[in-house]
Amino acid sequence: MKIATKENTALSMVEAALEKAREYQDFNIFTSLNDEVALKKAAIIDAKIAKGEPVGRLAGVPYALKDNFLSPEGNTTASSHILEPFKSPITATAVEKLEAEGAIMIGRTNLDSFAHGSSTENSYFGPTKNSVDDTCVAGGSSGGSAVAVALDIVQFATGTDTGGSIRQPASFNGVYGMKPTYGTISRYGVIAMASSLDVVGFFTQSPDDMDLLMSITAGKDEKDMTTLPDFYGTVSATTVKKIGIVKDFKSSAVHPEVQQALDAQVEKLAKKGYEIVELDMPVLKYALAVYYIIQPAEVASNLSRYDGIRYGFRAEDAKNLAEVYANSKSEGFMPENKRRIMIGNFVLSSGFYDAYYLKAQKARTLIIKEYEDAFKKCDFILTPVSPNPAFKLGEKVNDPVAMYLEDMMTVPASLAGLSALAIPAGTTTDGLPVGLQLIGPRRSDQNLINFAKEF
Amino acid sequence: MEITREEIEHLATLSNFSLTEEEKDSLGADLKNIIKYISQLDELDTEGVEPTYQVFEMENVWRPDVITEQDADREALLKLAPESEQNQIKVPKVL
Repeated sequence: MKIATKENTALSMVEAALEKAREYQDFNIFTSLNDEVALKKAAIIDAKIAKGEPVGRLAGVPYALKDNFLSPEGNTTASSHILEPFKSPITATAVEKLEAEGAIMIGRTNLDSFAHGSSTENSYFGPTKNSVDDTCVAGGSSGGSAVAVALDIVQFATGTDTGGSIRQPASFNGVYGMKPTYGTISRYGVIAMASSLDVVGFFTQSPDDMDLLMSITAGKDEKDMTTLPDFYGTVSATTVKKIGIVKDFKSSAVHPEVQQALDAQVEKLAKKGYEIVELDMPVLKYALAVYYIIQPAEVASNLSRYDGIRYGFRAEDAKNLAEVYANSKSEGFMPENKRRIMIGNFVLSSGFYDAYYLKAQKARTLIIKEYEDAFKKCDFILTPVSPNPAFKLGEKVNDPVAMYLEDMMTVPASLAGLSALAIPAGTTTDGLPVGLQLIGPRRSDQNLINFAKEF
Repeated sequence: MEITREEIEHLATLSNFSLTEEEKDSLGADLKNIIKYISQLDELDTEGVEPTYQVFEMENVWRPDVITEQDADREALLKLAPESEQNQIKVPKVL
């Protein structure tokens, strides 16, 4: 990480980042820029450096914040209409930890509204464009964050990953994207999507930067009862010997150039002396169906709080309280938000609960078991991140199931709460980035990041 | 499975949405496709398998029953509401 020094001031870094953010405004990366506060904070850090006072490990480093992290700097919109006017009085723990080390937020990044999507096209503020090809999607839901790092506007950006929302846009833009073990980083002050799956993570340009950010932000938080006791940095290093590849993914519709990228990496690792183990994981093909039952069920519950009463947008002209709820929700949510809430209420409703929700929770047990068995045979599993490189803007936005299929290789690790890292792995002949996904057991996060240096 | 217009309307009620006729058409078609996709789970044998509701390894996390300092006070929270009066959030009439 390039941090501020006497020669390379925080002010010059923040100014350069803001200028670049404006230069690339056609990509629609940011929902808002944070000029005034960022420049003030930079001046404070420079003054400390000038006086020889100690500064943090991220002193003066400009970063981009996915717009579903709460902080009083700018409005936290979740790229939705219903939260458009929302200015948070509290700060997310992850943001507090980054800023305590001197990081400076220069802007909030675009996402699929409430992180519902795989392309950032479901944003109320319009889609973010791919960093390499502006006719293609950025991926999602953390599309803005991925593109901000890929275009080198910032050295890192925050993200959230429920079923691939960090890994897939990282892959579509050729940067590193980390989905930590469930419970590693506090979610206090992060807008909840599906609570049994949501994690906080990052986009970076190198494994070393990822390691630094993880060591800064990981750890138990009294404000989030679902954080694990501290483990990052204390788990002993594994000597990686065996890499697993999943047989069943081969038969599914993987783009030939994505398959080539995987094959080339597998060959490279084999040449380096790693043993390649083929894994039979027949339940994984049901993971996407399981995910699109459990996740909407939790979405329906988490999003019921947005009703126009206590904060955010309230519909005008409502004649009574019932209309305030109904009209605020109907006007405030995007179509994909509505689909997920309605599917969630469908799978949870009496008569369908056993056939869908309970069935999915049982299948989730089988998926977890399948990974446990796999990690008896290998140290890490290597798969594509996504079956395809970035697709065209508009290509899948009106076909929800086609869009969901983009998540088929990222959701399994989410359902099992595992650690997974998207690693850049070259480009297609059209120049579109391709990423590979390294999946490890729970708490293997640091070992995964270290192993990424072998690629 | 078929999903009828009445069922779409019922789900909209459960979700607290007031949908236009057009939305009922488009959401109805989408929901039908999504439900068809997730229904493939029928094929999987889950007989005798325990459900997993969360992947957090810990169970109840206890804390003392005392009020600790909060990050936002009443004034800051009330300021977020579109309308408030005398320390209360104001809404149109309920009945």
